[in-house]
Amino acid sequence: MEISIKYFGQIAEVTQINEEYIEFSGHDVSELLCVLHSKYENLKHKDFQVAQNQELVSEDTKITGETIALLPPFSGG
Amino acid sequence: MEPKKPKNVFQQGAISSEFIGNSIAKHQTKTSIGAHNIFLGQVRADVIDNKTVAAIEYTAYDDMANAKFHEIRESAFEKFDLTCMHIYHSLGTVKAGEICLFVFVSSPRRKVVFKALEFIVEAIKADVPVFGKEIFEDETHQWKVNS
Repeated sequence: MEISIKYFGQIAEVTQINEEYIEFSGHDVSELLCVLHSKYENLKHKDFQVAQNQELVSEDTKITGETIALLPPFSGG
Repeated sequence: MEPKKPKNVFQQGAISSEFIGNSIAKHQTKTSIGAHNIFLGQVRADVIDNKTVAAIEYTAYDDMANAKFHEIRESAFEKFDLTCMHIYHSLGTVKAGEICLFVFVSSPRRKVVFKALEFIVEAIKADVPVFGKEIFEDETHQWKVNS
């Protein structure tokens, strides 16, 4: 399936783009992260959380084709 | 008063003292209120490795952030006897010394607003996907981390 992935803050600095669509044939978040780590080697040095459909998810959450976002530590206020 | 739908929390650039003053003035007609409490987040000119922070550039995952602000709002109205509540957060560049976060709560009684304001500000810091890039005077940068 094709999924949309959004990158923010220092994660977007690593990927050099804010959003992309990728063809993904795996099942859960950890598999998606494998794909992204191999595409963007420097991601492994970064601290981030993953959101699916605007909710934070864990590595074993199933990818349902919603929008995925990689979120670095929050620093509002 | 029923919790309202979220207004737009984000403002481009700094939040002016005029805007804050006007917000206070608008509440003079709401005479059931006996206590307001206000939090103003100001950009600090931190010195890191001999370099001074000149500004913070804020970005956000807008849709998720607005949903989170809405959740925080709903739970604040649920937990505390508030008459009204307003949150404004900057996006884009805010210089050192300028205001980037304005939280305003009002209630008939004072004790409520002290507790409510702390709850809301801490929830914003922890749960809302906003990202601050600290820009130094020499135009290099580092990413802010909330402590």
